[in-house]
Amino acid sequence: MATTTVTTNEVPQRRVAPTGLALAWHRFKKSLRSPTPYLTVFGIFLWFFTYWLLCEGLQLPRFVKIPGPVTIISEWFSTNPSQGISIFTPEYYHHIAVSCRRIAIAFFLATAIGVPLGLLMGWSRAFHDYTFPILETLRPIPILAWVPLAILMFQGYETPVIFLATLASLFVTTLNTMLGVQSIDEAYFRAAGCLGSSKWDVFKHVVVPGALPYIFTGLQISIGVAWFSLVAAEMVSGDYGLGYLILSSYVNGVTVPMVIGMLTLGFVGWFTSVLVRMIGDRLMQWHVRALALQGR
Amino acid sequence: MQKAVEMSRSEGHAAGADLQSRVLLEGVSKSYGEEWERQDVIVDLTAEITPGELTVIVGPSGCGKTTLVNLIAGFETPDKGRILLNGEPVTGPGHDRMVVFQETALIPWQTTYENVVFGPKLRGDLSGKELQDEAERLLNKVGLREFMHKYPLQLSGGMQRRAELARALINQPKLMIMDEPFRGLDAMSRGLMQEFFLRLFEENRRTNLFVTSEIDEAIFLADRLILLANRPSFVRKVIDVKLPRPRHYSMLSSPEAYAYKREAMAILHEEAMKNFKSTATSKDFIDAYSKRAD
Repeated sequence: MATTTVTTNEVPQRRVAPTGLALAWHRFKKSLRSPTPYLTVFGIFLWFFTYWLLCEGLQLPRFVKIPGPVTIISEWFSTNPSQGISIFTPEYYHHIAVSCRRIAIAFFLATAIGVPLGLLMGWSRAFHDYTFPILETLRPIPILAWVPLAILMFQGYETPVIFLATLASLFVTTLNTMLGVQSIDEAYFRAAGCLGSSKWDVFKHVVVPGALPYIFTGLQISIGVAWFSLVAAEMVSGDYGLGYLILSSYVNGVTVPMVIGMLTLGFVGWFTSVLVRMIGDRLMQWHVRALALQGR
Repeated sequence: MQKAVEMSRSEGHAAGADLQSRVLLEGVSKSYGEEWERQDVIVDLTAEITPGELTVIVGPSGCGKTTLVNLIAGFETPDKGRILLNGEPVTGPGHDRMVVFQETALIPWQTTYENVVFGPKLRGDLSGKELQDEAERLLNKVGLREFMHKYPLQLSGGMQRRAELARALINQPKLMIMDEPFRGLDAMSRGLMQEFFLRLFEENRRTNLFVTSEIDEAIFLADRLILLANRPSFVRKVIDVKLPRPRHYSMLSSPEAYAYKREAMAILHEEAMKNFKSTATSKDFIDAYSKRAD
C-alpha cells in the first residue's frame, strides 16, 4: 500500500496514534461531539432531583426518616459534621482503607486460586470431572450462610471477613475462567497442533490467552461480588469498614453516615471495577482493536 | 517444470524440504454417532494424492470432505483402512502436513508476524535473524509486509487467507492441505486468491490437496480431480485435467475446460440429487415445480 498523503482536506490529518494524556484529551474532545456526556449529566441531575423531591421537596410520609441530598452533601463536605462522618474526619478514611485492604487481599487470593483452577478445569477433562460437582454444590450456598462457619473456623474480625469475600469471588472467577477455556474455538487447538505445539505450548499460547476475555469479564463480576459479600460479612462480624459503618450508624440512629457509607461504597466499587477493566484492556490489545473495528 | 522444482529446492531453507510427497488412502472408512444411529461418512475410500501435483477433491457440501481432511491431517483416525504419507502411516497431526482451514484459524491474539513465526519458533527449527528474514520474505510474497504487526481481526478476509498461506509455507510442509480455503470470500477476491495461489503452487509444485465444492475453482486449479460420492463418500471418478500451465482464468472458457466441467457436473449433479431425493419434502417440491412449469 502506498503511503502518499492525499491533501484534499485542509485539516491536517493525524497519522500517528496519540498516547497518554494526548489520547485522553482526544477522546474527551470527541466525546463532546456525541450526546453521551450531556445525557449523563442530565441523567444524574434528574436522579438527584427526584431524590430531593421525595425526601426534602415534598417530604412524602415514607421518606421522612431518610436524609435528603442537601443534608447528605452538606454533612459529607462539612468540616464539623454533626453526625461524626465527613471527608474531613480521619475515621471516614479509616473505614474506606480497611474495606479496600480486605478487598485487595480477598480479590488477590480469589484470582490467584480461581484463575489457575478454572484454566485446569477447562483444559483437563479429568480435572474437570474431579472438581466440577463439588464446585457446583458449594456455589449456590449464599455467602451469608457461610458466616457461622467462618466465625467458628477463624479467630478475630479480619480473617472471617476476608474468607467470606474470597469465597464469593472465587466461585465467579473459577467458573468464568473455565467457560473461557471451553469457549476457545477448536480450530486454534488444531492449528497449534498442526504447527507442532507440545501440550504445554498449547496451554501457554492458546488456552491462557484465549480465555483472557472471559477471565476479565469474570474478574469484573467477581470484584463486585467481593464487595457485596465483604459488606455483608462486615455487618455481621467486623470492627471497621464501610459495611460496619453502615450498620453501626443505623443501630446508633444516625442516618446520614449510613447513606454516606452507601454512596462511598458505590463509588469505590465502581472505581475498582474500572481498574480491573483497564488492566484487561491493556493485556488484550487484540481484543480491544477488534472491538474498535466494530465501532465499540 | 523440473527446473522449477530444482530452483525452489535450492531456495528452501530447511534441509530435506520434500516437495514430492505421495499420500495413499487405502480403504479408509469413518463413521460417527452411537452404535444405534451410526452415520457412515466415508466408506472404503481408496485414492492417491500424487507427488508434485495439485489434487482437487470435489463433492457436494456435507459429503465428508472435511472429515477426509481431518483424517489426512491426523486430527482424527480412520475406523478402517490406513493413510500413508510417503509410506509411513499417519498417526497424528504434524508439521509435515499443513492445513489451511475452512474459516480462518489464525490465532487472534497473535499479530500476523507472530502467527507466521509461531511454528518454527516452537519447534526451534529456525531462530533469530534467520527466522525473521524468512518470515518477512514470505509476508512480502503474500503482500502483507506492511500489515505484519496487525492482528488477524484487523485484516480483510483475503488478507487473512494469505497470512495463513504464509504461516503454512514457512514450515516447508511435505503436503499442503487446503480445506475450502476461499469459501466466504467475495467473487472478486476469490478469483484473485485462486490466481495467486496457483502462482505459488506453480513456483515449486509442492504436493497439494485442495478441497472445494466449486466446480469452476476445481477445474481451474487441478492437475487431478477426485469426485466424491455423496454421503457415505467414496471416490466416484478421477479426472486428469490436462489444461496447460501456467494457468490463466480465461482458460476456463476454453472447450477443453468446458468438456471437463460437463463431465464433472453430470456426476456431481447425480450425487447432489441423492441428497435431495432422500428428503421427505422433495416430492412436494417436484410436484409444485412441475405445476409451475405447465
